[in-house]
Amino acid sequence: MISRSNPVGSQQLHHRTYGTRRAHDPDREGEVPLETSLHKSEVRIESLKEDLKEFLRKSGWEKKLQNAVYRELNVLPELGHPSAPPEHTKEGLMYIRRAQVNWEKRVLKSLNSMCTEMSIPLAKKRSADEQRELLHKWNEMGTDEPDLSHFRPVYAPKDFLEVLINLRNPNYNGGDPTGLHSSWGLINVPLPVKDLPELRELYTELGLNYEQLGIDDSLRISPEPFEIEYIRLGQKVLSEQDSAAAQQYIRQGCPTTLRADMWAIILNVNNELEDSLYYEQLKANVIQHDLLVDNLIYKDVKLTASNDDYYFVFEDYLYQVLLCFSRDALVLDHFNYSSASPPKSYIKGKLALEDYAVVYPPNGVVPFHGFAMYVAPLCFLYHEPSKLYKVFREMYVRFFFRLHNISSHSSGIVSLCLLFETLIQTYLPQLFYHLREIGAQPLRISFKWMVRAFSGYLATDQLLFLWDRILGYNSLEILAARMKIINISGWSPSSRLLAAAVFAYRAENLMEATSLAAAEAVLADLSTLQVMPLLQLFLFATLN
Amino acid sequence: MNRSKSIVNKGLFGNLKQREQRNLIRFKCVLTNTILDVLRQRPGWVEVKETVKVNGTFIGVISAGYERTLAICTWMSMFASVTFAITMRILLEIHPLLVSYYLLTRKNFMVKNLKRFRKQLDREQGKLEAAKCDFFPKTFELPVEYHLFVEEFKRNPGITWIMKPVARSQGKGIFLFRKLKDIIDWRKDGTRADDSKDEATVESYVVQRYIENPYLIGERKFDLRVYVLVTSYIPLKAWLYRDGFARFSNTRFSLTSIDDHFVHLTNVAVQKTAPDYDPEKGCKWLMQQLRQYLTAKHGTEAIETLFRDMDNIFIKSLQSVQSLIINDKHCFELYGYDILIDKNLKPWLLEVNASPSLIASSQEDYELKCRLLQDTVNVIDMEGRLSGKEKQVGGFDLMWNDGPVYNEDINFEGGINLIANTHLGCMNDREKQLWHLLKPLTTQK
Repeated sequence: MISRSNPVGSQQLHHRTYGTRRAHDPDREGEVPLETSLHKSEVRIESLKEDLKEFLRKSGWEKKLQNAVYRELNVLPELGHPSAPPEHTKEGLMYIRRAQVNWEKRVLKSLNSMCTEMSIPLAKKRSADEQRELLHKWNEMGTDEPDLSHFRPVYAPKDFLEVLINLRNPNYNGGDPTGLHSSWGLINVPLPVKDLPELRELYTELGLNYEQLGIDDSLRISPEPFEIEYIRLGQKVLSEQDSAAAQQYIRQGCPTTLRADMWAIILNVNNELEDSLYYEQLKANVIQHDLLVDNLIYKDVKLTASNDDYYFVFEDYLYQVLLCFSRDALVLDHFNYSSASPPKSYIKGKLALEDYAVVYPPNGVVPFHGFAMYVAPLCFLYHEPSKLYKVFREMYVRFFFRLHNISSHSSGIVSLCLLFETLIQTYLPQLFYHLREIGAQPLRISFKWMVRAFSGYLATDQLLFLWDRILGYNSLEILAARMKIINISGWSPSSRLLAAAVFAYRAENLMEATSLAAAEAVLADLSTLQVMPLLQLFLFATLN
Repeated sequence: MNRSKSIVNKGLFGNLKQREQRNLIRFKCVLTNTILDVLRQRPGWVEVKETVKVNGTFIGVISAGYERTLAICTWMSMFASVTFAITMRILLEIHPLLVSYYLLTRKNFMVKNLKRFRKQLDREQGKLEAAKCDFFPKTFELPVEYHLFVEEFKRNPGITWIMKPVARSQGKGIFLFRKLKDIIDWRKDGTRADDSKDEATVESYVVQRYIENPYLIGERKFDLRVYVLVTSYIPLKAWLYRDGFARFSNTRFSLTSIDDHFVHLTNVAVQKTAPDYDPEKGCKWLMQQLRQYLTAKHGTEAIETLFRDMDNIFIKSLQSVQSLIINDKHCFELYGYDILIDKNLKPWLLEVNASPSLIASSQEDYELKCRLLQDTVNVIDMEGRLSGKEKQVGGFDLMWNDGPVYNEDINFEGGINLIANTHLGCMNDREKQLWHLLKPLTTQK
């Protein structure tokens, strides 16, 4: 089963399967505890090993364990040197570590100053009346109109971009005084990024000789033979309940009807009882205590999702998910493999005494402007609050956290930016140069798309196809990669990758733009873009 | 007025030779919204400033947002110039018969006709066929059927009823009630505005059972606006547009407060006056979004059934007035159907609008309505470019042509499946389709 020597934390494994100790007994309705089934089944001492294996397989336990392990394999980082300190496991490069620490300090400072300015405590307990009222209004928190005018988002993506631009490796000297060979882009760190052939290898299943969903099939009544067969295959994958198989399957896209279940399997979200109990607990926490970040969440939802043409309908769900998310201490686990660390706050009067330090907010994640958009597309798929919550949390601790932290990981936002710029520079040099001249650095425009994983910028069905691939390849590189073959007089077609693809697609118009504002206008509306054709053509149909 | 002597060929390539002598199509439009933009942009169409004479000339009218607008297009022969005009009063006087459109769209008549049609089906084809007409909630016309209503009311105590004025639009005059006492007060009140003067025009109302379990998305109620174009009643030829939209009410649904118009009425006109209405927000979803959402939630088969049921509503409602509307092969009408879906995925017909609002509430909405109107004019084919055998013109799919229209599809086992030719909420590939259809001439986007 497990071939890698990576010692999966047994404690984590225990935790994941905690609560899944109920085996599926086909002879009886409902689920029975493992111990009881073991007693009842035909496990004999003489052939203990075989019988146990057989039992595990038949009762569906093997699958569950396999999925749990697979999840850990996907999420945990490579095993490093045994005597490396934990901070090195989180992030190997010192200058990046430092940058991240400084960034976190800034964020926390901003939060604290907001707190003192408005004399609102970071956290306080709600009175009994308030609790009752909130409970009563739980399903329609959107109708509330609290006064949020004094709150401002702690930071917006563009502030974060400025920090990334100023990132420098002090040990690195490009050795290029003329600047001819250096990067024309904004990011100036020497991180390794994949080039065209490597990306092609990674994204094999997006190749032209593979059938895809999302190319030509928008909502037709009579599907193509490929689609019919593909849906049957998908149903089979679902009935097997195998995470690895599902992850492989979804690389070619996922049919709309199967998507909710498919994502749930890949993310290993399948224990309804435990999940809903946990969610209720979080909900109780929300009702009892009022946090300052709650206001930030309200404001963010009102500014972003509520104004979106399609997501406004889900406003109430967003509050329910995000407020609970802030209080979920399980999220702290992801800091073990993230370059970030949770901000700490101190109980009044006991500053700098470690004993009195608490993580604030309880989940360690300070929301920024646009955070709610990570959740909004999921509302299309999941309607039951606890499941929606669990899926979002899994998506966050697997992928989204990398989009707003500084790290050297290949799916981290810094690498994505660098990948994007390198691709544009290599394959669309004329365009890049022109944009630079008019003061419209491409990254300034595409950064916000990548930070939000394109949520809110693409049409929902296209976005979901894109996220299918993120799940399938367990990597965010596809965000940076988007290009399309273009035939603009004298240009050679090539390139891939989404953000870059968009640039290529609109290249003609961009060449005519004369200012940053104009360039932004050309790229302002992505809602008509078709993701998969762009990606496919870009990745695989090149002249060289 | 120009008189052109060229012959208008119906074939695609005939027009190539006559391009220089092509008929100029003239129009006049008194409305200044979307329809004007659409007509102005059409190649070969010229706006005229002079008043349109009725006798001996071609007149066309498109209904657009006026209470007494008619949807008629007449042209006499191919040889004289074609004038496409949009006026109302003139036609009303000259062609009083053409006002029969309101047999479908005034709510009391619609219900009467549907009930009569249902009885007819029951007699002729049996209960099963008649049951297909059960898509409108129990309705009574007041004041005529007041006693029948009271009987039904007493049989179902506690349910909510909705009162709608027959001839008004945009949600005016509608209210909900649960007790008979409420409407008795209302009758005495005489809040019916313009009935006192003229007995012949006493305002009638319909009272309808309120659908208490609407399908909710995000706890909000919504209804659907679907566009159906009828180019001929006898034989019945109807087209269904692929685009449409779902209108959401701005506030969460609850049955506790029936006085709150903003909860229950989804017309944009009403929602616009809500205190927290934000025009930037918009409260519409495109049909494609809705179809995707529902498919993801309930699966393809359930949603296909839902859309088939909606097709059934359109056809049956048109059939119910088929024999009554004065048919003129030079007339057409664009209807806006309002459909409500309940929690069991059953569609209900709320009403049919003869002059669906063509005012756009947002850029996306404007584009949708432009496409709709362009395709309407494409179907009417005043340029004579179509052969008459098309099953799809732009975003319109031919839904009924004196019989159901099917797309033949070869299924997996080698047999032929008959699939209905409607694609509501599916991708609208109108540009590609129009390009293939009308190759020699330039088409607008």
